Amino acid sequence: MGVPREEACIVGVGETDYCRKPGSGRSQLGLQLQAARAAIEEAGLRPAEIDGIMPFPNLGRAEELAANLGCENLRFAATIHMGGAAPVASLEVAAAAVASGMANHVLLPAGWNGYSGARARETVASDTASIPGGAIARDYYLPFGFTAPPQWYSVMARRHMHEFGTRSEQLGAIAVAMRKHAQLNPRAVMHGRPMTLEDYMASPMLADPYRFFDCCLETDGAAAVVVTRAERARDLPGKPVTIASGACGQPYPADEITNRRDIFRTGLTIAAPEAFAKAGVAPGDVDFAMIYDCFTFEVLQQLEEVGFCKRGEGGHFVENGRIELGGELPVNTHGGLLSEAHVLGMSHIVEAVRQLRGEATGRQVEGAEIGVVTGWGDFGDGSIAILRR
Amino acid sequence: MTDTREYPKPLPELEGLAGEFYGFCKRGELRFQRCTDCRAWRHVPREMCAGCGSFRWEWERSDGRGTLFTWTVVGRALHPAFQADTPYAPVVVEMDEGVRVLSQLTDCAPDELEIGMRVEVVFDHVSDEVALPKFRREQS
Repeated sequence: MGVPREEACIVGVGETDYCRKPGSGRSQLGLQLQAARAAIEEAGLRPAEIDGIMPFPNLGRAEELAANLGCENLRFAATIHMGGAAPVASLEVAAAAVASGMANHVLLPAGWNGYSGARARETVASDTASIPGGAIARDYYLPFGFTAPPQWYSVMARRHMHEFGTRSEQLGAIAVAMRKHAQLNPRAVMHGRPMTLEDYMASPMLADPYRFFDCCLETDGAAAVVVTRAERARDLPGKPVTIASGACGQPYPADEITNRRDIFRTGLTIAAPEAFAKAGVAPGDVDFAMIYDCFTFEVLQQLEEVGFCKRGEGGHFVENGRIELGGELPVNTHGGLLSEAHVLGMSHIVEAVRQLRGEATGRQVEGAEIGVVTGWGDFGDGSIAILRR
Repeated sequence: MTDTREYPKPLPELEGLAGEFYGFCKRGELRFQRCTDCRAWRHVPREMCAGCGSFRWEWERSDGRGTLFTWTVVGRALHPAFQADTPYAPVVVEMDEGVRVLSQLTDCAPDELEIGMRVEVVFDHVSDEVALPKFRREQS
């Protein structure tokens, strides 16, 4: 069934600085603790009141986070193994946990030294423990040089171009939009580094059609949020943002990307209609979308699968400023993974909260009331949350 | 033919179902599992048939022919063992039997790739232990 409507809120958010060189100077755990403390404090809570933790898969352990933070009363700990889709999927589960009384206040931390530690490009199938399709990739992909996410997803983009006429300039429009938004966000790694479509088209090809500027950043940093039951949120100092609904899904098969009858049917295809139905809203009601932008094409395909436009029309949808601030559906007003930082999808939740609180100084979506956040992981696992003011 | 120790690229683990699949490749045969009960072909190998629930299958020989379904061209390798090969093109071939295989073409430059082109399997014996199924343009 999922979350009863409007029973859970995000009551605190926290972020570290985001950087590449010279590195954060902190450990992966240290970064997450810093973001977590900021979120807990912003929520007006003490660590001992955090009785639920949902770490990011393979990057955190509840015991270790709790021991360092001082969460002496931990009752609920769970990890969702969906790669980058985990933070948004965790919103749904955390909301259910607090609504059902399994926990009072759940912390969702995510962070890493994605630049100075293991790079995103290296978290690939050579470690068969870290992604569900690891053994399949080891045996059937790696021997042929099909080793990393930009290569795995680029074959979907190529097929989309073949079937629907999607063009590189349209992928470029997404990259340009993300970079434009980063110019309004002083925390973004690409702040002060504008980019034109010409710059995009001139950038080297990594895995055709994915160019250098189609790919997410590799950065150090962490973000965290705290989820609480709506009625308890009223006693806390901050401005709560309601989790109207959440859903997640997996493609089929989830552990192998080439043998899908419909290769564009990803986890989000399953999750999105469910989330909208539970929240009682339609894509047309949404004021902004924070889309997990591991690569530009993934933004395009998620816009289609969420239902902001029809399958195949994503290329047209992202043109002419529609996804830029001031356009019909602003996407990733913080600059996203492409131009702010790669914070595993957690910073997309933070930005959504800031927009709904009216705190997105310099890049506020006027009158923002309803926002969508998505997550994407592994071979197309997906998650979506609908948040409202 | 090179000794496994000299072949610098990743190799499959030759155990279980992958071991069986590549065992046939070494003999120059492209075989896929075919469900004994509902006759459905499948790839990658699985323990059972998701269509009908059967745990019985045969390794049935494929005709080895298919169509290029999609591709990418790797301009900058992310795995060090493939850096010298760039640009190289991983492809997805849709076999006439219906399953899809991730592979490479042996006789086609990256800028000649065309979705829909007809291809047929060949075997690249990359080490004493392993032959990889690759594809070339169909010889009519």
